[in-house]
Amino acid sequence: MAVTTAERPAPITTKRKKNAFSDGQGTLAAMLLSPTLLVLFLVAGIPIVMSVTESFFRVNGGVDPNTGLVNSGTSFVGLANFTDIFAHPATVAGVYGSMDRLINAFLNTTLFTVLCVVLETILGVSMALIMTKAFRGRGLVRASILVPWAIPTIVSAMMWKLIFNTSGVANKVLGFSANPILWLADNKYSQMAIIAADVWKTAPFIGLLTLAGLQTIPSEVYEAAKVDGANAWQTFVRITLPMVKPALVVAVLFRTLDTLRMFDLPYGMIGPNKYSVETLSMFAYQEMMQTRYGTAAAYSIVLFFYIVLVAFLFVRLLGADVVGDEELKAINAQRKRLHALHNKQQKASAKRRTTITSGSAAS
Amino acid sequence: MTQVPIPVVARLTPEELGALQKPRHEAKWWVGSVASVVGMAFIVIYCLLPFYWMLVSSFRLPTMGLSNDYWPSPASIENYTGVFGTQNNFLRAILNSVVVSVTTTLLTLVFGIIGAYALARLRFAAKGVILGIIIGASMFPGVTLLVPLFKLFTGSYSWLPINWLNQYQAAIIPSLSFGLPLAVWLLTAFFRQLPVELEQAAMVDGCTPGEAFRLIILPLAAPGVFTTAILTFIAVWNEFMISLTFLQSKDMKTATVSLSQFTGTLGYNVPYGSIMAAGVITTIPLLILVLFFQRRIVAGLTAGGVK
Repeated sequence: MAVTTAERPAPITTKRKKNAFSDGQGTLAAMLLSPTLLVLFLVAGIPIVMSVTESFFRVNGGVDPNTGLVNSGTSFVGLANFTDIFAHPATVAGVYGSMDRLINAFLNTTLFTVLCVVLETILGVSMALIMTKAFRGRGLVRASILVPWAIPTIVSAMMWKLIFNTSGVANKVLGFSANPILWLADNKYSQMAIIAADVWKTAPFIGLLTLAGLQTIPSEVYEAAKVDGANAWQTFVRITLPMVKPALVVAVLFRTLDTLRMFDLPYGMIGPNKYSVETLSMFAYQEMMQTRYGTAAAYSIVLFFYIVLVAFLFVRLLGADVVGDEELKAINAQRKRLHALHNKQQKASAKRRTTITSGSAAS
Repeated sequence: MTQVPIPVVARLTPEELGALQKPRHEAKWWVGSVASVVGMAFIVIYCLLPFYWMLVSSFRLPTMGLSNDYWPSPASIENYTGVFGTQNNFLRAILNSVVVSVTTTLLTLVFGIIGAYALARLRFAAKGVILGIIIGASMFPGVTLLVPLFKLFTGSYSWLPINWLNQYQAAIIPSLSFGLPLAVWLLTAFFRQLPVELEQAAMVDGCTPGEAFRLIILPLAAPGVFTTAILTFIAVWNEFMISLTFLQSKDMKTATVSLSQFTGTLGYNVPYGSIMAAGVITTIPLLILVLFFQRRIVAGLTAGGVK
């Protein structure tokens, strides 16, 4: 017979020592996080605010008609930096006909983002499907898949500039040696060249992230589908895609936001001030280099809000779980449950109050 | 009842037995495995062929930069020696890249480790908001930050008369804006993978929370910290726009900016040979890191999902 330990007196807690891991975590967290947040505030927070204020100003130029001196300094122009696309459009001739340079850059950015991300996703998912089926050589494939990812974007831009040269290897392989395509100069073809280079560099990245998602799917699910008589296509659409969706959506979101701010690739491959491939980042950069800070800030703010909008849509429509924190998820789920419970109780009590006997019971 | 029946196998001839023992595959299996090998070959060729072209082009004679031979003939390392010549000054550019990337990586680790530990372990009210701020900061378009910083660092504001153009800090400080969120994000993922019981056990044994972190968690999280360092280093090393803006003088250019601005001896023709050689030199350290720490890098990429 074991000695009973049940009758132990309750511990007397007169003065409990604080445990940093369970009590007052807010203070400790604030202490530990403040350096990081301070740095982020200094290098990202303040510049964003300065950018917004800057976008309401414009550097004075030209000659003052009264004094005959060259203007200097800046003046407040309100929203003119934004509304000038309608009031005083600076038309340029891009691929889509002549239009304001900002709208042209906006359309380029959108076109690159949509086409690149769609192509990358299709290619990346196919790569992941091939890799997950493979028995041997996975190490080799994974090593080679990291090569495009590791090459600096500007190096890959120069590399594709050589490949797409008029007398380069792309025209030779594709059989255009006789009447070569001007990949780097012809508007439409230069866009295609940019898209090809971007897809090459980042499709393997999506493939890598998708592969990680695929590997978390238990094989029992596939066996069950097989027993139920699902064919390959049904298995892919009904099992693989839904189960890999969380990983894939996050990968696609990051790629989308990255492509929206594309700069290095068109800058290195085609060059600055080429309207057919000019993105919002490049246009704002050019304005900055001309020390037209007001318009540069305004255009970068346009890009900023575009990115925020796209990220918001991704999170709302596709349910991208960017933060991916289990604890937060649990807290939110609990909050939702409590909310539902509360609603239910309210409804029940409201019902109770309306019954015939409620009046007499209350008194 | 009395006699055990002779096993069926015993009645087979050796030839039949051999045929049975051979693994038999249906036609479908063969189609599948051939398709798999073809697919794998496609991926490897897709990823490596353009890089092969860069490699081949770098080993040609400098005068044959636009040659389309699939093999350099004659092979030459003249492009590589030319890269380090006085005209391009690429050694100095690599040195600048190393200074900027290593400093940025160390700074992000110092700030990132403590912040990420708090995010991974502590429970506090504004956690969701802070995680959102950090992930949001990594999604900022670089050019939005660049405009005011360029104005600031060139001394255009009268209240801050500095000129940081062509000084390392001008590239390091903006690089923190994407390096720090990346590091915090990865480190948070790595710290979360360690069981919280480790610290609890250490504290039962008499460690303070600080000691538990320093003596137990940090050594165990070393692989994660190392992976974060590699990924941050690669991200900063590959950075182009910030360096292009702030490090403009010949002696201060980083490798990525320098190789994009190589000029030929005649001025107008692009020296593709030396650009490709410089590209190979810039990429090789990263490829070595990638090959050696393949598993860790993949783990980091999938844990963070960033970049």
